[in-house]
Amino acid sequence: MTHPIIEVTNLQRTFGANRAVDGMTFHVEPGEVFGLLGPNGAGKTTSVRLLNGILPPSGGTMRVFGLDPATQGELVRRQTGVLTETPSHYERLSARENLEFFGTLTGIPAADLPRRVDELLSFFELAHRADDKVETFSKGMKQRLALARALIHQPPLLFLDEPTSGLDPEAAQQVNDLIANLGRRNGQTVILATHNLLDAQRLCDRVAILNKGRILALGSLKELARKLWPVTWVDVTLFNGASAESASVSIQAIRGVRQVSVGKDSLAIQVEAEEIIPRVVSALAANQIPILKVNPRDYTLEDIYFALQAGEA
Amino acid sequence: MNWRSIWAIARKDLKEVRQNKAAWAPAIIVPLVFAVIMPLAFIILPQVIPVEDVQRELGDMDTLIRNMPPTLKAIFDDKSLEQMFIIYMAGFMLAPMFLIMPLMFSSVVGSDSFVGERERKTMEALLYAPTSDMELFLGKVLAAVLPAIGISWLTYMVYALVVNAASFPLFGGLWFPLAPWWLMMFWLTPALAVLGISATVLISSRVKTFMEAYQMSASLVVLVLALMLGQVSGVLILGFWTVMLVGLMVWMVDAALIYVAVSNFKRSSLVAKL
Repeated sequence: MTHPIIEVTNLQRTFGANRAVDGMTFHVEPGEVFGLLGPNGAGKTTSVRLLNGILPPSGGTMRVFGLDPATQGELVRRQTGVLTETPSHYERLSARENLEFFGTLTGIPAADLPRRVDELLSFFELAHRADDKVETFSKGMKQRLALARALIHQPPLLFLDEPTSGLDPEAAQQVNDLIANLGRRNGQTVILATHNLLDAQRLCDRVAILNKGRILALGSLKELARKLWPVTWVDVTLFNGASAESASVSIQAIRGVRQVSVGKDSLAIQVEAEEIIPRVVSALAANQIPILKVNPRDYTLEDIYFALQAGEA
Repeated sequence: MNWRSIWAIARKDLKEVRQNKAAWAPAIIVPLVFAVIMPLAFIILPQVIPVEDVQRELGDMDTLIRNMPPTLKAIFDDKSLEQMFIIYMAGFMLAPMFLIMPLMFSSVVGSDSFVGERERKTMEALLYAPTSDMELFLGKVLAAVLPAIGISWLTYMVYALVVNAASFPLFGGLWFPLAPWWLMMFWLTPALAVLGISATVLISSRVKTFMEAYQMSASLVVLVLALMLGQVSGVLILGFWTVMLVGLMVWMVDAALIYVAVSNFKRSSLVAKL
């Protein structure tokens, strides 16, 4: 049985009257890509700072690798890598000098450091500019260097705060591919703080949707969709000439089918759960009704997010 | 305490300062003026102008020499007018100027290190590094203090060479440094370097830019100007015991400032200012 890498219970952080984190409770399993989603000021960056022990909490408990970041921050940070929202570098130093500096701080032995730096520079396609000052780099290159910096000590837990912010689509794609591979290839756990819902939908196993420091919903896309919309719709398009009316009659008696709307050559069927859909298809086939397409309606993270934020408003 | 991290922070800060012309330009110009140009001017002057003109300067020198303890007064015994003028200028009047250097250098590097890091938005990544607050603080303090002391000592050495070489025809031997200078080098200079950085750390929590921090910490030079005035007026002569006492007072102020600076240097306060 694996233990959660992060366990947070009723976590709170206030700045004066502002509750930046207001009673968050969640856990993150090893190897997960876990999203913290929300608008600016939702508490994403503050949560990352709390979990890395650079801010003390105002209340609640948190454990990262079983350690308390508030009192054992240094030990926690040895095992975490953080890509900050504004990934600034020492612009007057070269890419290599930047990585060597952070590699030293993270405790990589001096004998191993040059090899590790070269590996990362090659992996992030920066080797040809390794000794150039960072101030001459493009934004995409700087973002890749920031990722290399976060990964230099091969931390088992990575915090990525808006990793594709300000990148062109090609650079964003590269970064997203890398994040997708981190968990799969290295077994690293990733906390992705973002308001880019498409990225989150593509990358995250589970998400916590935040607003004003509180978690509005927590779970996988499917779980969240089911919580919000307990019924599922499936659209069935019939082959040319088939009678939608007779098709409707043949499925209405199936248990779990709640409602059928008949179109010209299509049906919109409301079912209690996705498991009902194969039964619907079997019934249509048994009644010799030719089917062109079966299309269960998917909810996107965007649908869920805006439904939740609208409910909050 | 992880000294490898501490040295890495200090080295990184120094590399950065080296790239900042506004920070290192004074580190070259000031020692050049203090160690070469000024002593040459004061040593060559009495060798090329009439002795009578030097004699007129004796009025000021008299005040200084009259107030000196006997051990220092003995330095002037059996000296010619020209020699007395050179000892007066190179051995006493220019001495307080050298105290500007450790203050200035440590506050320049300190401003770049503490405030510049925040200004350039590189502080956050550093705060996420697995170092303790004390290691971060020490790394940055060493980056400021060590070169300040090193450059000051180097300037003293060059000054001693220039003074002895330029005055050799008149003295026929080496006469510099005088006894109080050794104490200035190894007691007062390190104390002032620490004063520069500890004041800068405190200032850095209240300002936003490198230039603001630099300008505010530069106001510490007033202390050195006070010593200069004291010496010119003959009230405070930088003799052995004066230097010892001033050094002790500066070290005591350093201890208090460092205590406050360390107490305030917390990640949680630093991150709040990002």
